[in-house]
Amino acid sequence: MEFLFHNVRELVDLANKEQKLISEIMIEQEIIITGRSREEIMEQMDRNLTVMEEAVEKGLKGVHSKSGLTGGDAVLLQAYMQKGNTLSGELMLDAVSKAVATNEVNAAMGTICATPTAGSAGVVPGTLFAVKNKLNPTREQMIRYLFNAGAFGFVVANNASISGAAGGCQAEVGSAAGMAAAAIVEMAGGTPEQSSTAFAITLKNMLGLVCDPVAGLVEVPCVKRNAMGASNSLVAADMALAGVTSRIPCDEVIDAMYKIGQTMPTALKETAQGGLAATPTGKWLEAKIFGGSVVGSGN
Amino acid sequence: MKFKSVFDIIGPVMIGPSSSHTAGAARIGRVARDLFGKQPTWAKIHLYGSFAETYKGHGTDIAIIGGLLDYDTFDERIKTAFEDAEKAGLTFEFIPETAHTEHPNTARIVIGDGHQEMSLVGISIGGGKIEITELNGFPLRLSGNLAAILVVHEDRSGCIANVANCLAKYDINIGHMEVSRKEKGNMALMIIEVDQNVETHILEEIGALPNITQVTRIAD
Repeated sequence: MEFLFHNVRELVDLANKEQKLISEIMIEQEIIITGRSREEIMEQMDRNLTVMEEAVEKGLKGVHSKSGLTGGDAVLLQAYMQKGNTLSGELMLDAVSKAVATNEVNAAMGTICATPTAGSAGVVPGTLFAVKNKLNPTREQMIRYLFNAGAFGFVVANNASISGAAGGCQAEVGSAAGMAAAAIVEMAGGTPEQSSTAFAITLKNMLGLVCDPVAGLVEVPCVKRNAMGASNSLVAADMALAGVTSRIPCDEVIDAMYKIGQTMPTALKETAQGGLAATPTGKWLEAKIFGGSVVGSGN
Repeated sequence: MKFKSVFDIIGPVMIGPSSSHTAGAARIGRVARDLFGKQPTWAKIHLYGSFAETYKGHGTDIAIIGGLLDYDTFDERIKTAFEDAEKAGLTFEFIPETAHTEHPNTARIVIGDGHQEMSLVGISIGGGKIEITELNGFPLRLSGNLAAILVVHEDRSGCIANVANCLAKYDINIGHMEVSRKEKGNMALMIIEVDQNVETHILEEIGALPNITQVTRIAD
């Protein structure tokens, strides 16, 4: 089994050489590696897209987690948007609310599609269903959005990390936001190089992001970080489409993220021992949810 | 390349809230059940690292039990796995450990049913992907993503060749293979990851080969 690409440079070069979309390169690699038919692969991604769609819809109706820490914010955002007086614009807030909706469903133990993880599952669908209203893609183009995002996630997962426990939140929401940015660019008609630039700009802006979930739950700050990831990806996609370039090549940004993750203290990698989890309120919430005493906390 | 398929990145479809702590945990539990070959009646689950720190909030515990009940990552019954286990006659205990392990998300699952006992160590490497790193004291590396078969056999010459020949006869390609043994001439273990699913009659044929004790298929 031979992979068509191992890093973003190879991916972009191949797309340019063969005059194909990045999503197409990802589909072709999937066919080669798994031996499955194109039809089968497209159908599976179609099903994943449906799961994402249903999670967004469910979240926009309002869900709450068992702990009570998260829920209902997607509803608040949609109601706010309907007043028509937003500061950051309708598409931006739509993406944010749909990202939040997905992660509220996730926190409530609902059904979601990990992209690339569950904690970061809101960014890719959130941006997709917001951009959809502007670009009016076909179903196939929406499926391609996910393959483009998947191609970049594939590189990060194999060359760095997509897990908060291994690399901090930069590896989870950072990767998800970069993936979304790259996919937005392709859907908006940008070049493979611009997809790569959008990924690089996004991830650069999320480097160093720690994973510090309060009470160890995928709720605070995870849900709101998906909102930040979604907005970050839209801005970066616009920058790339405007012709802004990244001085540091995409693969080097990914490598930098990996090395930052390796040197990040364990307390800031999903252990709920540092950052927001170790604040007095974070500790108080933990004690409230799981019982026990807060004495001796901050270990 | 640890991640081979795009669906390792855009996927799995799963019950929240955490791909590594919930979906990965369910998969480790399910592989344990597959290897055990039947429903266990008891389980002792040791959790290490981040699993030990945060398992309650992530539903890692109900996900592992769900896996032991043969539930997939997206099976909504994961939410009621504890109650379902009681109905299925499975008693269980979770033991958070403080020992340091190589990977932050590690679980050791010991299961049995009064006749047999099995111990397995699994790690959740992110995005719902897992690896099995130890089985009954044998160190190994099994990704749980490819179809695989497990062959317990006597440590005699020719065993490995016989199994490989049988797979070759049915045009089944071996993607990864590991062989280990406890002591020379004693019990040994083959873990064979294959590109195609191995049908039951092929397993039976392998099981009938000389010095083979047990053959188990691990679902794709």
